[in-house]
Amino acid sequence: MKIGVKVMPRKEVLDTQGRAVESTLRQAGKKLNACMVGRYVVLDLPETEKTAAIAKAKEMAESVLHNPLIETFELEAL
Amino acid sequence: MSLPVGVLRFPGTNCDRDVFEAVTSQGARAEWLWHADRFDPKGYRALLLPGGFSYGDYLRAGALAARSPVMDSAREAAQRGVPVLGICNGFQILCEAGLLPGVLIRNQGLRFIDDWVELNLVNAQPHFGRRMTAGIRARLPIAHADGRYYIEDDGLKRLQDRGQIWWTFSKNPNGAMADIAGVMNEAKNVAALMPHPERAMYEWMGGTDGAAFFDL
Repeated sequence: MKIGVKVMPRKEVLDTQGRAVESTLRQAGKKLNACMVGRYVVLDLPETEKTAAIAKAKEMAESVLHNPLIETFELEAL
Repeated sequence: MSLPVGVLRFPGTNCDRDVFEAVTSQGARAEWLWHADRFDPKGYRALLLPGGFSYGDYLRAGALAARSPVMDSAREAAQRGVPVLGICNGFQILCEAGLLPGVLIRNQGLRFIDDWVELNLVNAQPHFGRRMTAGIRARLPIAHADGRYYIEDDGLKRLQDRGQIWWTFSKNPNGAMADIAGVMNEAKNVAALMPHPERAMYEWMGGTDGAAFFDL
């Protein structure tokens, strides 16, 4: 089963990539309130049952895929 | 014969030979430690993690290197009190490995910075530059894109209260919290800094303040 892991910078940490993309979009004349840049990871897991797959993905996200000091993550079954 | 100093190498480490040379130039014996291998944690008098772009900085700077087999042994050695020094990417790896508090994030100005900076020694380090006393200044080069030290407010207070801030920048180049350029763990045997002492060993390099760090 595939699980998507969305990793985003914490609001209290300056999202430098988001700011850079935001300023480029503004320079191109686009109107926007804000832009945040994160990361999306797709895990293809051997588990076939959703609860078990989510539990495995959560363990991977907590130990490797995100750094809790600066990032948060969300999981979704795909 | 005294134990050698271990120099860790990951795919993408690029200051490894400079660090190895810096160690031997000050009279110690050095040995390579490869990222994929574990080693005897009692076999080294100190461990050095040089700068570079380990694993291409994929995921987060230092994140993948921190979880490689060689770091299991490094963690065990650190717990036994073996002195461990991280330089630049080595600092990022030690933070990601949980051996040092905090994290290094993208420079405030978004750019890679390559420059000489002035540093203040806030708390003396008993192993790396052990003859340098608090209050002195040093001039060393920096070369990083992700060198901005970040820690939550209570973590910063803990660092300050326990004397774990090693070096600060006289003029903050990257937006680092509290001007931090280097920190130590609570036991003071694990230390790291963003500047490169191995690039300031001789006058012809532009300065000699780095040599004292390798007097082990």
